[in-house]
Amino acid sequence: MIVCAAHNIISPLGNTSAENYAAVKSGKSALRKYDGLWRLPESFVASLLDRNAFTDERHTIDEQIVIASISKALEQTEIDVRSSKVLFIISTTKGNVFLLDKREKGFTQERVRLGVMAREVTKHFGNHNEPIVVSNACISGVCAQIEAMRYLESGEFDFVIVCGVDVQSAFIVSGFQSFKALSPDECKPFDANRCGLNLGDAAATIIYTKKDKANDNEWVACRGAIRNDANHISGPSRVGEGSFRALRIALSDLDPEKIAFINAHGTATLYNDEMESIAIERAGLADVPVNSLKGYYGHTMGAAGVLETIISMQAVDDHNILGTRGFDTLGVTHHLDVSNQNRSTEKRAFIKLLSGFGGCNAALLMAKGGLK
Amino acid sequence: MKHNVIITPDKVIVDGNELKHNEKGSALLTELYRNHIGDYPKFFKMDTLSKLGFITSELLLNIEGDRDFEPREDRAVILFNRNASLQADTHYQSTIQDPKHFFPSPAAFVYTLPNIVTGEIAIRNKYFGETSFIVIDDYDEQIIMKNLINAFQDPVTTSIIGGWVDCSDEEHFEAKIFLMEK
Repeated sequence: MIVCAAHNIISPLGNTSAENYAAVKSGKSALRKYDGLWRLPESFVASLLDRNAFTDERHTIDEQIVIASISKALEQTEIDVRSSKVLFIISTTKGNVFLLDKREKGFTQERVRLGVMAREVTKHFGNHNEPIVVSNACISGVCAQIEAMRYLESGEFDFVIVCGVDVQSAFIVSGFQSFKALSPDECKPFDANRCGLNLGDAAATIIYTKKDKANDNEWVACRGAIRNDANHISGPSRVGEGSFRALRIALSDLDPEKIAFINAHGTATLYNDEMESIAIERAGLADVPVNSLKGYYGHTMGAAGVLETIISMQAVDDHNILGTRGFDTLGVTHHLDVSNQNRSTEKRAFIKLLSGFGGCNAALLMAKGGLK
Repeated sequence: MKHNVIITPDKVIVDGNELKHNEKGSALLTELYRNHIGDYPKFFKMDTLSKLGFITSELLLNIEGDRDFEPREDRAVILFNRNASLQADTHYQSTIQDPKHFFPSPAAFVYTLPNIVTGEIAIRNKYFGETSFIVIDDYDEQIIMKNLINAFQDPVTTSIIGGWVDCSDEEHFEAKIFLMEK
């Protein structure tokens, strides 16, 4: 079994997983309106880290929060991080892309390569294995966890450190603005009045290991799948094809009754949320509660799959189905059980669902104590 | 490994045999499109990475045999490179660098993700299977092969279009793609 050994989240809502969960549970969000930031002509709403808090001149902010997040996760374990049996997998969409801006000084251009950024991280920890960078748009964080599961199953490594990260910049914000994908206000996942997403900064780490048997309190990554819509590079399938197929494998023969909730992508764009409602219904999961964490963090891109898995594990630990901040009235054509209030649950499993540009979709089934 | 195709700015090798051509660099990709594909005008909208991955996969699938374009879920597309989407990133950055000439466009931004090429191949061939993109800083056949063998742990995947597709700019690229069966 692939078991979660430790985790951490660094975000505007806190520097530990516990701080983050407590903030989300109490309904806090770091979404703020920014006007004129990074010389962008249009204002935007985002969840951003305080750039002035990062003072290490040898590392970019992305690298600093990755190193901080992995360090805090490692503190919870006895792992010898320098061992050849430890693999680092970084999940990111844009890494140090801000370095392409000609006004940026202080780092060489090669640092924009994701592999160079990842090597900076493994160098910091004294690990000599070549780090793997998963760059699969918005589904990267779940893909990285599926990669980790496979590397552990193959027996090549004893521990895999998965860290998802993205830090927002003019590059990313202007791109989403050009797509008209950003909401001018705080996002409203699955809501009738939703009009786009917000972006967010974060790094989140999960350390996975393989065990013969998980104890009742240990989190098990049971199975996951990545599937393509084979439809369009920048719009989701109208029939939720890829998400449906990924969900079908994550669910497999498990009774939907065992699932506490589906933590959806729920970006609050018109097309994404609609597509997810179709895919969830097609997978026979319409009666399972659904939530989205984008109203607390915005879309943290490469970090999202890892961060949202960690928050969801803690929610199940706390017998809680987190409310979907920003949601009021259901605005998708297929039935979904969404609420803006926290609700209680005694169930011990959840599905993390994501979709992204390139037509990619991913689903991951997590179960506390494993599937009985 | 069943078949393989290698494309560099001045060479095209299909299953070990050099394919004749006149052009080099970006013009080579267009020449290959016109001589061997021709029926997929979306090609002209693609960034260099997607053009390269698309052309290489087309040559690969042409040697596999009849193209029936029947939807399938059992074939994955898993590609690797060094520079992610650097050519598209550099191009997009040039559209936002100067506040006086600020014209970001969705058509340019969408290609600033390396996995778009895997989506282009999936769309062309109606592959509902796994698509994935992985960045490593040096070409390493052992890392790539181990990763692809791991991908067969998926319960549906029986076949993979895998390998290396890298470009640093429009004229500098390298693709080594192969077909792998379980």
